[in-house]
Amino acid sequence: NASSFFFNPLLRLCAGEEKRVGTRTVVVGHRPVSETDAYVAQKFCDNRIVSSKYTIWNFLPKNLFEQFRRIANFYFLIIFLVQVIVDTPTSPVTSGLPLFFVITVTAIKQGYEDWLRHRADNEVNKSNVFIVENAKQVQKESEKIKVGDIVEVKADETFPCDLIFLASSSVDGTCYVTTASLDGESNFKTHYAVRDTTVLCTDEAIDSLTATIECEQPQPDLYKFVGRIIIYRSNQEPVARSLGPENLLLKGATLKNTKKIYGVAVYTGMETKMALNYQGKSQKRSAVEKSINAFLIVYLCILLSKATVCTTLKYVWQSNPFNDEPWYNEKTKKERETFKVLRMFTDFLSFMVLFNFIIPVSMYVTVEMQKFLGSFFISWDKEMYDEEIKEGALVNTSDLNEELGQVEYVFTDKTGTLTENSMEFIECCIDGHKYKDCMPEADGFSQTDGPLKYYGKAEKCREELFLRALCLCHTVQIKEGDQVDGLIGHPEHKCCVFGWWCCGGFFVWLLNPFLFSERYQLLHVLNFDPVRRRMSVIVRTTAGKLLLFCKGADSSIFPRVQQEEIQQTKVHVDRNAMDGYRTLCVAFKELTQKEYDKIDRQLNEAKMALQDREEKMAKVFEDTEADMHLIGATAVEDRLQEQSAETIEALHAAGMKVWVLTGDKMETAKSTCYACRLFQTSTELLELTARTVGESERKEDRLHELLMEYHKKLIQDFPKNRGGLKRSWTLSQEYGLIIDGSTLSLILNPSQDSSSSNYKNIFLQICLKCAAVLCCRMAPLQKAQIVRMVKNTKGSPITLSVGDGANDVSMILEAHVGIGIKGKEGRQASRNSDYAVPKFKHLRKLLLAHGHLYYVRIAHLVQYFFYKNLCFILPQFLYQFFCGFSQQPLYDAAYLTMYNICFTSLPILAYSLLEQHISIDTLTSDPQLYMKVSDNAMLQWKPFLYWTFLGAFEGLVFFFGVYFLFQNSSLEDNGKVFGNWTFGTIVFTVLVFTVTLKLALDTRFWTWMNHFVIWGSLAFYVFFSFFWGGVIWPFLKQQRMYFVFAHMLTSVSTWLAIILLIFISLFPEILLISVVLVRNLSHRKARDPLSARPSVRPLLLRTFSDESNVF
Amino acid sequence: MAVNYSAKEEADGHPSGGVGVPGGGAVGGGGAVKTRKPDNTAFKQQRLPAWQPILTAGTVLPAFFIIGLIFIPIGIGIFVTSNNIREYEIDYTGTEPSSPCNKCLNVSWDSTPPCTCTIDFTLEHSFESNVFMYYGLSNFYQNHRRYVKSRDDSQLNGDNSSLLNPSKECEPYRTNEDKPIAPCGAIANSMFNDTLELYRIDNDTRIPITLIKKGIAWWTDKNVKFRNPSGDTNNLTALFQGTTKPVNWPKPVYMLDSEPDNNGFINEDFIVWMRTAALPTFRKLYRLIERTNNLQPTLQAGKYSLDITYNYPVHSFDGRKRMILSTISWMGGKNPFLGIAYITVGSICFFLGVVLLIIHHKYGNRNTSADIPN
Repeated sequence: NASSFFFNPLLRLCAGEEKRVGTRTVVVGHRPVSETDAYVAQKFCDNRIVSSKYTIWNFLPKNLFEQFRRIANFYFLIIFLVQVIVDTPTSPVTSGLPLFFVITVTAIKQGYEDWLRHRADNEVNKSNVFIVENAKQVQKESEKIKVGDIVEVKADETFPCDLIFLASSSVDGTCYVTTASLDGESNFKTHYAVRDTTVLCTDEAIDSLTATIECEQPQPDLYKFVGRIIIYRSNQEPVARSLGPENLLLKGATLKNTKKIYGVAVYTGMETKMALNYQGKSQKRSAVEKSINAFLIVYLCILLSKATVCTTLKYVWQSNPFNDEPWYNEKTKKERETFKVLRMFTDFLSFMVLFNFIIPVSMYVTVEMQKFLGSFFISWDKEMYDEEIKEGALVNTSDLNEELGQVEYVFTDKTGTLTENSMEFIECCIDGHKYKDCMPEADGFSQTDGPLKYYGKAEKCREELFLRALCLCHTVQIKEGDQVDGLIGHPEHKCCVFGWWCCGGFFVWLLNPFLFSERYQLLHVLNFDPVRRRMSVIVRTTAGKLLLFCKGADSSIFPRVQQEEIQQTKVHVDRNAMDGYRTLCVAFKELTQKEYDKIDRQLNEAKMALQDREEKMAKVFEDTEADMHLIGATAVEDRLQEQSAETIEALHAAGMKVWVLTGDKMETAKSTCYACRLFQTSTELLELTARTVGESERKEDRLHELLMEYHKKLIQDFPKNRGGLKRSWTLSQEYGLIIDGSTLSLILNPSQDSSSSNYKNIFLQICLKCAAVLCCRMAPLQKAQIVRMVKNTKGSPITLSVGDGANDVSMILEAHVGIGIKGKEGRQASRNSDYAVPKFKHLRKLLLAHGHLYYVRIAHLVQYFFYKNLCFILPQFLYQFFCGFSQQPLYDAAYLTMYNICFTSLPILAYSLLEQHISIDTLTSDPQLYMKVSDNAMLQWKPFLYWTFLGAFEGLVFFFGVYFLFQNSSLEDNGKVFGNWTFGTIVFTVLVFTVTLKLALDTRFWTWMNHFVIWGSLAFYVFFSFFWGGVIWPFLKQQRMYFVFAHMLTSVSTWLAIILLIFISLFPEILLISVVLVRNLSHRKARDPLSARPSVRPLLLRTFSDESNVF
Repeated sequence: MAVNYSAKEEADGHPSGGVGVPGGGAVGGGGAVKTRKPDNTAFKQQRLPAWQPILTAGTVLPAFFIIGLIFIPIGIGIFVTSNNIREYEIDYTGTEPSSPCNKCLNVSWDSTPPCTCTIDFTLEHSFESNVFMYYGLSNFYQNHRRYVKSRDDSQLNGDNSSLLNPSKECEPYRTNEDKPIAPCGAIANSMFNDTLELYRIDNDTRIPITLIKKGIAWWTDKNVKFRNPSGDTNNLTALFQGTTKPVNWPKPVYMLDSEPDNNGFINEDFIVWMRTAALPTFRKLYRLIERTNNLQPTLQAGKYSLDITYNYPVHSFDGRKRMILSTISWMGGKNPFLGIAYITVGSICFFLGVVLLIIHHKYGNRNTSADIPN
């Protein structure tokens, strides 16, 4: 990405590599702590955000340099230079003009983008901020902020740089912040000021603060920050306080619901976390591009061999002196004096230049335009627009359009992708007694008057405890009903109507049937994290009792509670999990004051730690959350997204393998898989999970046994002939694989035992044979590992990852194509994706229709380009045999230049944007069609050879057709003769008409635009030729085309020859179509005479899928 | 090839647009929040009304027959026309010792007096309509690049400055003895300068046949592209003042012909020569023989003799020289290629049509389209 080019060097300038590891010391307000301290001012970069690449002065050289770094442009530049330096047959204009055009257009585009960046940069850099200097507010431009400045930010302003929160207008030193622009989470987050500075909430007060901050060097992780503030008071020992992410206000976030805050700048400009985060992702390249490059190499070889052959033959031919220099055609003095080797070299270069049109500049332009313009159709698609979130599909890169048509493996997240990620309360159990809502529509408990159907009843105090736990143990701040903007951000507030319980991205709607009128003081929150899979709060009741409430996944709660309590709840939990519900267990314990003091001390210690803070915290948490009492469990349902089952079926039918990668537990994930028909009832499940492998030390052996068993079942027992039908799951349909995270890590990272090192291979083989794979209990990194593993298998299948949350980003980035769901878990996934769609179901159209069409379009575009330039240049090559290998061009320079730019470019561009060889509806409804283009079918060597053959055949027809025509003494009825330029013009006319009509033959979807550009191009060619030949051009040295075209058309023979040659050139194509038509007819007749169903079968595809039998 | 355009940012624009690092595909450049609902237009939804040709055996097979039925008659027509064209060709290079022109084989440009030879021949059939006399050269690379570009079209177009300062492309035939050559360049320098005269031998008397030397060049060449230099006078000698003749020419360009409208650059022989041939074996129109008498053929069957003033050396590069007499039809000179090609293609089409039709009838039923269901 653009900005990344610039960020890195800048960073290096700013921070210096060696400084990135250490810590930085920031002097608050630039007030030296003490005169005695030898304080060496560290140098920090200023607060200027530079995302632009160029300045006015360096734009031209830098942009040109960037552009010519691309191989293609460089190649054309070389050709151009050769034309300028060496005496070559075609004028430098022929290649210079297209190159100039390309370079200029790109430069303008990049310049415009950069100008936009400059403008936006300025907007940010010049915005006004208030800095407290000498107890006064000073208004400054944002870019002038230096590290150590105390900045005042008012409500609804964004933070101009990363600040350490010192004080706010609220007494308790908190403020609310939304980070929607950073990670997409739109909820308000509370940040805390350091306790000792909260009182300094005026300009004067804050100015009196003398402190230094030690913190780590800038690093991009938004959620990590470790630092320490040391506050010096006039006659006291300096106080050190720890600083964590909750003290850091990030640039880009917005202050909400707080009048103003004071903060000290710690990271500025390009060192802010936001700037560090937007360092682009690596460029993904599509398989089509790789094919293009392969074909390019072939054509480059053709080019080189043509030039070599011509050069060699030239010197063989010239070895005869009367051929080399007959009396009528003497060399110039200069030519005679040049060394032979040099002459040969220039001859070689000349031939290269003459034939260089075989690799056209215009192809790159057209491919790029096609991708750029074509991608708009995705974002324009109203079927992918979601009314709920009022957004349609989003295209982040246009490079991968065609890759959507090539997907073989789909890796999907479960929560929020297959399911809606909106939780519905289903039931709960307290002490083994089940409480279930009888009304299926109701939002769980929220129907307060709706009686709960309960099966037995727990003691009242347990119920209350349970509900209390749910109400207290959360980190959500609740908006009060009538006070819209107000926040009840303080958990010690009395629990009220709603308990909106949020935990790691999912939440439960709960309504408290009892109104507590108790106050709790929140002492500590032991935050949720995906490793612990639980969270706790420590509260003090009004009565002074200390309670710890903990909730979390069953697997993480059960080991921490009294074992005898588990059994009754476990039954419910397991059953709920089987039904596909998410379960949470709730536990509590009472703490004595002594215990609490110890915990408090440990926690504070851990929080103060500068090094390994996380580990230390985790350790304390671990110790704290032990020996609890289980109260109960809740079950909530995460409903399937609409049509996700149908989508999965369609993807299956389209020959894609769908793998579900989820962090969820096996039972839940499994039931979801059944619900969305990833597993059928007939599917035989192979399990590689903790359950089957076991927990004991023998698990490696057990795993080995299982792997061998499955391997035998799937691979060895299957008859080999199955390989004949590519991507057909009919036989393997019955197998599905389930693996969990721990087993996966066992397979991927086996212990020292060397015999297990090929587990990975066996596992992979098993995986590839299964129709569906479910990976549960996956860490984000493991998701990416799985994707990488499949991506790197033999044949490197195209993978697609789809997910909605931050935990899917790694796999989205890893896969060939990353799809983000614009879900509820923030924007991170869609930001990092290549395409983002609102719902999982949109994948169906995106892949089956858009992907298929884009693939067919670009494949045809690429093949057509190579084809049309082969038959363009081949006659030129053949002509060398008849002009003494003198590099005489067959076509006029204008034709050489215009051929790819004007005469034949628009029809193929229109085709590649509009073609629908099969209607979109058919494509979406018949997923099997997707298989027809699988494995890059249209860009394999076979179709490439077919197109090359076609191009070569046509080139031969053009040249020799006209050659034989010119055996005639005269082609006109007045006996006058034509010259070499007429010869070339006839060839060129046939060529332009043939390649255009060939495209017309391939077009299956004739919109008015196709008609316009196809017939328009031909008309333009004729018009241009008349015009070009109709004027004596004042600045041209040669008037060789004068009236050549008009004269040509006065000859009846020429007309007849042109028509005949066009027909002959197109004949193989027509013949192929007919043969295929008739053969298909007979096949069908032979197979099933009744199945005749008139459908629009793609002719183009037919050509490719069937030609294997024709040629 | 990356197109990472920032247009997407507009779609991505979350409320805080304009805050972050803009561009680079990172954070939205912001701007007004547009309504994001895609337009429901036919174009944007890819639902433009379109003609979708469905090729079926039923439509393709008749096309074969129709094409066959059109091409075969055209081919026959062309073939017959071509066959009716009379053409007679004499090679007068004189490489064979028996040839009368053998003595002239090694002439050079400036041999004086010019070598002449006479070749007698007999026309078996009479030439009924207008006869066109061509000269043909073989192994003469008029399409050699160095040769093709060795001319100055603005000089030939009568541009006075180019007349005295010809283009560099004309090297090494640009100047001679410090005087600009007019017309410059290799093409002009090597202009064909044999003189051919035709006599009918009627009872041992040689009756000269009128050879018309005008009307052999393209009209546009003669009248627009080629012009003599302009000046106050019509006297070409004065107009070409300051130039010198091409090295190989016996006389300067203003003495090519006695008639003023066929002299200088607009001499038609010269114009014909200047139109470089496409292939190393070529013919160029030399003279016209018009049919004067409606009752008599232009050239009766009988004995003729061809007088050649042999100036043009071709032996050094293994070339050949020919004289061709030919009649012309509506489609030009004799060329069996086009007719045969048409007949062949037409027949193949027809034949394939039949073959495919048989298969079609054997397997297909009348009312099905030829698409296979899968």
